[in-house]
Amino acid sequence: MNPNLNLWLIPILPLAGAAINGFLGKKSSRQAVTVVALFFSGAAFAMALSVAARFSSLSLPYQEFFAHWIRSGNFTADFAFYLDQLSLVMLLIVTGVGFLIHIYSVGYMWDDPSYYRFFSYLNLFMFFMLTLVLAGNYLLMFIGWEGVGLASYLLIGFWFTKDSAASAGKKAFIVNRIGDFGFLIALFLLIKHFGSLNFSQVFQSIVPLSPEKAGAGLLTTIGILLMVGACGKSAQIPLYVWLPDAMEGPTPVSALIHAATMVTAGVYMVSRSHVIFERAPIALTVVAIVGTLTAFFAATIGVVQTDIKKVLAYSTVSQLGYMFMACGVGAFSAGIFHLMTHAFFKGLLFLAAGSVIHAVGGEQDMRKMGGLRSKIPWTFWTMTAGTLAIAGIPGLAGFFSKDEILWRAYQASWSYWLVGLITALLTSFYMFRLWFLTFFGHYRGEAEAAHDHAIHAAPDAHSGHGHGGIHESPKVMVIPLAILAVLSVIGGYVGVPGSLGGNNQFDKFLGPVFHTTAPPGADGTATEGKGAPEEETEGPEPKTGTSTELIFTGISVAVAFLGLGLAWLLYYRSPQLPEKIAASLSGGYQTLLHKYYVDEIYAALFVKPLIDGSTEILWQDVDRKMIDAAVNESAADAGYASDEARHMQSGNIRSYAGWIAAGSAVVLAFMIWMGVR
Amino acid sequence: MGQASYIPLSYYLLLSGFLFACGVLGFLIKRNIITIFMSIELMLNGVNLSFVAFAAHWHVLAGQIFVFFVMVVAAAEAAVGLAIIIAVYRTRETLNVDQVNLLKL
Repeated sequence: MNPNLNLWLIPILPLAGAAINGFLGKKSSRQAVTVVALFFSGAAFAMALSVAARFSSLSLPYQEFFAHWIRSGNFTADFAFYLDQLSLVMLLIVTGVGFLIHIYSVGYMWDDPSYYRFFSYLNLFMFFMLTLVLAGNYLLMFIGWEGVGLASYLLIGFWFTKDSAASAGKKAFIVNRIGDFGFLIALFLLIKHFGSLNFSQVFQSIVPLSPEKAGAGLLTTIGILLMVGACGKSAQIPLYVWLPDAMEGPTPVSALIHAATMVTAGVYMVSRSHVIFERAPIALTVVAIVGTLTAFFAATIGVVQTDIKKVLAYSTVSQLGYMFMACGVGAFSAGIFHLMTHAFFKGLLFLAAGSVIHAVGGEQDMRKMGGLRSKIPWTFWTMTAGTLAIAGIPGLAGFFSKDEILWRAYQASWSYWLVGLITALLTSFYMFRLWFLTFFGHYRGEAEAAHDHAIHAAPDAHSGHGHGGIHESPKVMVIPLAILAVLSVIGGYVGVPGSLGGNNQFDKFLGPVFHTTAPPGADGTATEGKGAPEEETEGPEPKTGTSTELIFTGISVAVAFLGLGLAWLLYYRSPQLPEKIAASLSGGYQTLLHKYYVDEIYAALFVKPLIDGSTEILWQDVDRKMIDAAVNESAADAGYASDEARHMQSGNIRSYAGWIAAGSAVVLAFMIWMGVR
Repeated sequence: MGQASYIPLSYYLLLSGFLFACGVLGFLIKRNIITIFMSIELMLNGVNLSFVAFAAHWHVLAGQIFVFFVMVVAAAEAAVGLAIIIAVYRTRETLNVDQVNLLKL
C-alpha cells in the first residue's frame, strides 16, 4: 500500500500564507509579511521535494481522497488528488520556481506600499495552481483553473490605480472566460457520455475506444473544446491577445504567472487529457496547427517590440506554441520537457528583465538602455544564460527540449518542422536583439544626473527609491537569478536524446503516463511511434534515424547561430541598419509593430458590436423601454388603484358599518347561490 | 307540546329576521353611539330567537346551549362597550359617531 503523503498540505500551505498576509498583513511589518510568505511557499516546496523523494516507492497513480463534494446519482466529484509522473513534474516546477520568485519579489516589491497584498495574491496563486496540477478530477482542476485566472487578474491589475493595468486585468479575465466556456462544455460532454469527471474513470472508459478516423465524433469534439480552453489560458491564437497586455503587472508576476506556470496550465491540461486527444486525430491536428501558427506569428511580432517585457511576452506566447505543437504531434513528453525548461529560462529572463528595469529606474524601453553589461554584471550573466538557453545554443536547456520538439514535429510533417525552424531563427534573433540592445553599445537613456528624476515618472515599481545611478539589484534578487540560471544551463540534461548519446531520462520518466494508454494499432501523426512502449525513445530507432536526427540537430544549431549573427550584425556592428530596413519595408514593419492589428480587428469585430449592441439594444431598448417601463408602469398602476381604494377608509364609522353590511350581504348571496346550485 | 299551542317555525324565523333587520337598519342609520349599541343587541337577540326556534323544532339541545354563550358574550360586550362609550364621551364630549372620525388616512 501507498504511504499517506498528505498531499492536501501542499496547496493548503500557500492558502494559509495568503490568508494570514491578506487579513493581518496590513498591520504587520514588511519583515513579518516576508517571513509568512516565504515560509508557506517554501514549506510547499519542501513538501513537494519530500513527495519527490518518496516517489519511486509509490504505486502509481497515487490517489488521495479528502472529502465528498458533489454526489448526485451515479455522478461523483470529490476533493481528491491524483499524483503521477506528470503532476509531480508540474508540482516541482510550480513550487520550486514559485518559491524562487517569491524570494526575488521580496527585493523587487520592497518599496511598494501594498507589499502585503502582493504576497497574499502570490500565495493565493500558488494555492490555485497547485490545486490545478494535483486535482484528481476535471471539476477540481477547473476550480484551480478559474482560481489562477482570478489570481492572474488580481496581479495584473495590482497597480489598479493605473488605468492601463486595470483594463489589462479585465482583458485577461474576459478573454480567459471565452476559453473557459469551451472547457466547461467539454466537461459537460464528458459527464453526459462517460458519467464521470474523475481522471481514472474517464480514461478507463476511453482507453478501449478506437481512434476516430474521420469526421467530428464525440472525442474530437471534446478534444477541440478542451483546446479552446487551453487557448484561453495558454494564450494561443486566437485568444493570445491578453498575455502581452498582462505585462502591466509587476515583473515577478509576469515571470511566475505569465511565463513559468499559469500559462502552461493549458499544456498540462492537454497532456493530462492525452488519452482523449490520442483518439481524436483531428483535434490533435488542430492543436498542432494552432501551436505552430502561434509560435510563428508571436515570434514575428516579438522581433519588432521595443518594450523589454513585451518582447519576452511574445516570446512566451511563441514558446507556448512550441509546446502545443509538440502535444499536437503526439509528443506530449517533449511538450512537458519544453514546459519545464521554459519555466526555468523564461522565468529567469523575466526576473532578469525585472532586474534590468530595476537598475535603470523603471525604464522598459530597450531603445533607452544599452551598455549595461559592466554595470549590472550579475544580471548580465544570468540573462546571458537565459538568452542562450531559449535561443537553442547547444548544451543549454532550451536546446534539448526545442530540438526534441522539432524532431518529433518533423516526424509528423515537414511543414510543422519548417515553421518551427523559422520560429527558432526568429526566437534566436529577437532574444539576441534584446541582449545586444540592453547590455551592449552605449547607454542611451537619460544622463546619470537626471536619473533620479526619471525614477519618479517611471511606470514600474520603483517610483519610490531614491538611490541614483544604474545599480545592481540586491542579493535577494540576484540569488534566485543565479539559481534559475544554473537550472537553465543544466536543466536540459535530464532529457538528452539518444542521438546525442543520452537516453532521454525525462521521456522515460513520463513514459508510464503517456505510452501505456495509446490506442492499439493507432497510426499517423496522432501517436507517432507509440504503438509499443518499448520502442518509444529515439534511441532504439534504426541508425538512419539517428543520423537523420543528428542532421536536423545540426540545422537547428546553425539556425540558432544564424539568429545570433543577424542580431549581432544589426544591433551591435551597424546599429543604423535596422532603421533603414524598417523604412524600406515600412508596410510590413508597421503591420508587425501593430501586432498584425489583431487588437484593432478584435475591437472592430467583437468589442465594438458588443458595446454598441449592449448600449443601443440591451440598455436603451430592452432595459429602459421594456423592463424598466414594465416595472414603472405596474408600480404607477398599483399606486393609482391604491389611491382610489384608500377613499374607503374615511374614518366615518357608519360608512365602515355599511361596508361590513354590504360585505356580509355579498357573502350571504354567494352562499345562497352556491346552496341553490 | 300539544297541537293547539303549535306555532309554525316560519313565524319564529320571520320574527327573528325582522328583529335582525331592525338591528342592521338601526346600526346603519343611527348616529348616536348608544342607539347603535342597542341595535347590536337587537341583532343578537334576533339571532338568539332563531337558535331557540330551531332547537325546539328539531329537538336538538345544542341551539339552546349556544344561546347561553351568546348571552354571556353579549353581557361581556355590553360591559366593555359601555366602558368605551363613557371613555369616548369623556374625551370628545359627544356621542355622535360622525364626529368620531379621526381614524382615517
